[in-house]
Amino acid sequence: MLRYIMKRLIAMVITLWFIVTLTFFLMHSIPGSPFNEERATSEAVQRNLESFYNLDKPLYVQYFSYMKSVVTLDFGPSIKKPSQSVNDMLSRGFPVSFELGIVTLVVAIISGITLGVIAALRHNGFIDYLAMTIAVLGISIPNFVLATMLIQQLAVNVPIFPVATWSSPMHMVLPTLALATGPMAIIARLTRSSMMEVLTQDYIRTARAKGLSPVKIVFRHALRNALLPVVTVLGTLAASILTGTFVIEKIFAIPGMGKYFVESINTRDYPVIMGTTVFYSAILIIMLFLVDIAYGILDPRIKLHKKEGS
Amino acid sequence: MELHKRDNRNISPEIPDDWFAPKNKNQEQAEAVVRPSLSYWQDAWNRLVKNKLAMTGLIFLILLTIMAFLGPAISPHSGSQQQLANQNLAPSSDYWFGTDELGRDVFTRVWQGAQVSLFVGLAAALIDFAIGVAYGGIAGYKGGKTDNFMMRIVEILYGLPYLLVVILISVVMGPGLFTIIFALTITGWVGMARIVRGQVLQVKNYEFVMASKTFGTKTGRIIRKNLLPNTMGPIIVQMTLTVPSAIFAEAFLSFLGLGIQPPLASWGSMANDALSAILTGHWWRLFFPALLISLTMFSFNVLGDGLQDALDPKLRR
Repeated sequence: MLRYIMKRLIAMVITLWFIVTLTFFLMHSIPGSPFNEERATSEAVQRNLESFYNLDKPLYVQYFSYMKSVVTLDFGPSIKKPSQSVNDMLSRGFPVSFELGIVTLVVAIISGITLGVIAALRHNGFIDYLAMTIAVLGISIPNFVLATMLIQQLAVNVPIFPVATWSSPMHMVLPTLALATGPMAIIARLTRSSMMEVLTQDYIRTARAKGLSPVKIVFRHALRNALLPVVTVLGTLAASILTGTFVIEKIFAIPGMGKYFVESINTRDYPVIMGTTVFYSAILIIMLFLVDIAYGILDPRIKLHKKEGS
Repeated sequence: MELHKRDNRNISPEIPDDWFAPKNKNQEQAEAVVRPSLSYWQDAWNRLVKNKLAMTGLIFLILLTIMAFLGPAISPHSGSQQQLANQNLAPSSDYWFGTDELGRDVFTRVWQGAQVSLFVGLAAALIDFAIGVAYGGIAGYKGGKTDNFMMRIVEILYGLPYLLVVILISVVMGPGLFTIIFALTITGWVGMARIVRGQVLQVKNYEFVMASKTFGTKTGRIIRKNLLPNTMGPIIVQMTLTVPSAIFAEAFLSFLGLGIQPPLASWGSMANDALSAILTGHWWRLFFPALLISLTMFSFNVLGDGLQDALDPKLRR
């Protein structure tokens, strides 16, 4: 177990290093300097700016100083908004995005599992078809379309919820709904198929033969085992929710990290793009790592140190 | 036992002998196979046809492809011509799907967008297929150290957040059709490579591969003729699922302003342009591209699910 965790930890660090390096060299391969604006700046100002952002040094010096700043979690100042550092933006935007992401994840998991279990228990019944139709629609409709439809119907036509921004629980309903539908659909389909498989197992028949109540069979015996495959996709789902926040935060004008990221893409604010990418990647890779470990702990059949070779 | 025997003997006195005739023991007929022999692909196709949902998806995709080329031709208006007098017209007998904020015909543009979106999806799927099959095939077939090394690289690439890499590359290369396809495939093939490798690892130990090897067949030929045809099922399913995810990713990029640039239009860029229009009541500008994205995603997903069931030899009855 410990050996496996160490191995994964090393792989994680290598992946992170790879991302930081990739981001750095990609950003520096863009032709032109970020200060080539319409605004005329004198030669001296230009040079001062470049030395302030270390752009006058050779590339490898810049690379090492950037690596050093990443390791110490300091992503430096923004180019377009010099009064702000990238860290400022992250610390302001992250709590909001985190809130949105966690609420979405919880909503998606609970509703997805419920839908999947009901569908599996009523296999080929009306509820099954209804649940799977919802699931397929959830996968098929892009979240920005869903978000706009929700705004139009539930905020403009029938003003139940506020149109945009982020200040009260009421503000959270529409963005969460728009963001959670896709992941919910994926979880529902997965839960349904694994639940159906588990329900045919011998130990379920044994439990039935013992005369256990159906509720107990479903929750105590079946669901526990059916949820294992769901755990494996949590990492990917977290990634899709995270990238989903870019879109949702833009549409609902939510002041989260995603909004800063999209802004920085549009203004080509390289330090912000680099900082947020590295930050996002770190979150995702750590998520994947935790999911892997959790899976190993949850499923006693898996011997972690052997998993590598398979 | 005793009772049974006596019963048998008792029958004969009451039934005349000429009621009995020797059974026709035609050897050839007895050995004949009643059920016509089906190849793997015929069998899979038969099962796919029985799946109504998957067939709906397939038929819709065929119609969509036809319309993508026929649509702009049968429309009376051009998709790029701007007519400021005809801004934001609602759908009518003249403009079937209405017009956008520059007076362009939405009907024509939606089908031109279909060409772009389908092209992105298919190109991404084909490139992923080519790289993934070559890489996964070699890794799986060679095994040992080569496999270990190649899969380490895949593991690192697999850990990269897909859409973030796509965004980064689009930022660096500047938006455009080529950039999108490049960005989508540079890490997209990894999933295909993993599937192919897993399949090849399984199939390469079968006897017919060993037989092929004893004849001295070259590695490349074994991979092409023995291994790949037997791993085609999961590969096709993976390709059917790559197309919609590429179309989705393109829509996402277009939404962030990194996608297809005007005068070209894709469904994603049209939906993005139309986001503000929905609040002013010009619903048709978002509705038609959004509807087509959703229907296409739906079709590819149900077709992929159907193919997964149809191509699984274990489910053969």
